[in-house]
Amino acid sequence: MQLAGLTTRYRRRRIVNRVMLGLTVVATAAALVPLVLIIAYVIQQGIGSINLAFLTQTFQPVAFGTNTATGGVLHAIVGSALITGIAVLIAAPFGIMAGIYLAEYPGGTASTVIRFCTDVLTAMPSIVVGVTAYVLIVQRTHQFSALAGSIALVVLMVPIITRTTEEILRLVPSSQREAATALGAPKWWLTLTVVLPVALGGIATGVLLAFARAAGETAPLLVTVLGNNNLTFDVFGPMQALPLLAYRYSAQPFKALNQQAWGAALILVLVVLGTNILVRVLTRRRSVR
Amino acid sequence: MSASETRAALRIGGLRQRLRHGDLLFGGLALLFALLVVSLLVAIVAVTWTGSAEARRAFGLGFLVSSAWDPVKGHFGALPAIYGTVVSSLIALVLAAPLAMMIGIFLADLCPARLRAPLSMMVELLAAIPSVVYGMWGVFVFIPFFRDHIAGPIAAALGGVVPALAGPVLVGRGLAVAGVILAIMILPTIAAVSRDVLAVVPTAQREAMLALGATRWEVIRHALLPYARAGIVGGMMLGLGRALGETMAATMVIGNTPKISGSIFQPATTAAAQIANELPTTNTSLHASALILLALVLFVITLVANAIARTLVWRVSGRAGRTR
Repeated sequence: MQLAGLTTRYRRRRIVNRVMLGLTVVATAAALVPLVLIIAYVIQQGIGSINLAFLTQTFQPVAFGTNTATGGVLHAIVGSALITGIAVLIAAPFGIMAGIYLAEYPGGTASTVIRFCTDVLTAMPSIVVGVTAYVLIVQRTHQFSALAGSIALVVLMVPIITRTTEEILRLVPSSQREAATALGAPKWWLTLTVVLPVALGGIATGVLLAFARAAGETAPLLVTVLGNNNLTFDVFGPMQALPLLAYRYSAQPFKALNQQAWGAALILVLVVLGTNILVRVLTRRRSVR
Repeated sequence: MSASETRAALRIGGLRQRLRHGDLLFGGLALLFALLVVSLLVAIVAVTWTGSAEARRAFGLGFLVSSAWDPVKGHFGALPAIYGTVVSSLIALVLAAPLAMMIGIFLADLCPARLRAPLSMMVELLAAIPSVVYGMWGVFVFIPFFRDHIAGPIAAALGGVVPALAGPVLVGRGLAVAGVILAIMILPTIAAVSRDVLAVVPTAQREAMLALGATRWEVIRHALLPYARAGIVGGMMLGLGRALGETMAATMVIGNTPKISGSIFQPATTAAAQIANELPTTNTSLHASALILLALVLFVITLVANAIARTLVWRVSGRAGRTR
C-alpha cells in the first residue's frame, strides 16, 4: 500500500526530471535557431551582391526600374578601415597601460575607482558615447567627421582592452615576477621584459575583441561620421562606413541598394564573427598548453 | 677596498638608483593612462550635462513626464521615449530570461563536456553579431513573418478584449517586434552569466542533494538555483541594461513614433532610437539639447539597471562571476 504510493511518487519525480532536463536541451537548441537563421540569411542574400565591382567601385545612383546594383561599396570599406584603424591605434596603448596599472598595482583607492569606471563604461549605451563625441567635436567644429567617430569608438574599446589586459596579466605566475625580483630587476623592467612578453598573445586577443566590437558599431557613427557617397580619405569630414551603409541602404526603396546592404552586412558578419572565432581558437589553444 | 672596486660599487649603486627612478616613472605613466580612463567617464557625464543645459532650463524635471515631442513648435518631453525603452526592454527580458536560465543550467550542469565549449561559443557568437544586422533581419525577414502569423492573428482574436494587444497591425513595426529582437540579442548575456554563477556552486552542495536521493532536476531546483539565484537575477539585469541601451535594432524595427499608444503591436520609439534618428538633422539648438538630455536620462536608467546587476552578481560569486 505504502510502497505503491512511493513508486507513484518516484515515477512522478522521474517524469518531472525528464521533462525539465529535456526543456533545457530544447532551450539551448532554440537559442541556436536565430543564430543559424540570421547567418544563413545574410550569406544567402549577401553572396549574390559580392563581386569585383562591389569591392572596387563606389556609389552609383540607381536607375529607376532596375533591380541590379551598379557601383560598389569601396568607399565604405575604406571608411570603416580608417575609422576603426585610427580608433585601435589610440585605444590599444590607452587600454593596455590602464590594464597594466590595474594588474600590477591592484590595491588602493585609485585601482578601485578605475575598475568601477571601466565597469560603467563597458555598460554604457553606445549612442550615449556617440552623443558625447557629437557635442564635443561635431557641434564645436560644425562638421561631421570620421575623427569624431574614431574617438567615440575609442571610448567603447578602451574598457574592453583594459579588462582583458588586467585579467591576462593576473594569469602570469607570480613565481616569474619573484624570480626576476630576486635577480635584482626593478618592477618596471620585469613588467616590460618578463610579464608583458608572456601575456602578449592574450593582450592581442583583447585588442582583437575590442576591434570586433567597434567594427560592427553603427549608432555612434550615425551621429558623428554621418555617411558619404564618395570615396574620401579626409578624416576631418563625413565618411562612409560599412555598418552605416548597411543601415542606410536597407531603408531605401530600391531593391538594388537593399541587395548591396546585404553584401555589406555579409562582409561585416564575416569580419566580426571571424575575429571572434579566431580569438576563441587562440585562447583555447593557450589554455590547453 | 681598492679604488677601482669602489668605483664599480658606486656605478652599480648609481644604476640601481636610476632604475628605481624608472619604477616611479613607469608607475606614474601607467597611472596616468588609467586615470585617463576615469576622465573618459567624467567627460561623458560633464558633456551631456552641459550640452543639455538649454533643455534643462526650458523644461526642468517636467521633461521626464511630458509626452509632447514636436520639434517644429519646440515642445519636447521624454515620456514616450522612456515608455518605449522600458516596455520594449521588459518584453525582451520576459521572453529571454526563462530561456536563458535554462540554457545556463544546460551549459553549466548537464551538457556533455565535449559539447560544452562549442555550444558556449555558439551562444556567445549570438552576442557578437552586429546590431545593424539584427535590425536588417528584423526588417526584411522577421517583421513580415511576425505581422502575418503572430501579431495579426493575436490582435484579431484578443485585440478587442485586451487593449495591450489591440490592432490594427499595419506595417508590423512596433514594441512587440522590438521586444522579440532585443530578446534574441540579450539571450547570450543572461545565459553566460547564469552559466558562470551556476558553475561556481560548490560540488558539496550537489553531492549532498544526490546523497539524499534527489533526481538531477531536484538537485538543480533545490541546491543550484537557490544558491545562484542572486547571480542569475544579476545576469538578467545586465541583459536588461543591454536592451535599454540598444540603438540600431530598436530604431529599425520599432517604427520611430514618439507616441504612447498602449498596445504592444503599435509603433513607438525608444530613447536611443530617437537620438539616432533625429540628432544628425536637428535644426534648432533646443532640439539638439533635448536629445542630449534624453541621452543623459538613458545613461542614468542603464546605470541603475547595471548597478543592481553588478551588486547581485558580485554577491554570489565575487570576482568569478564578473562579466567582461
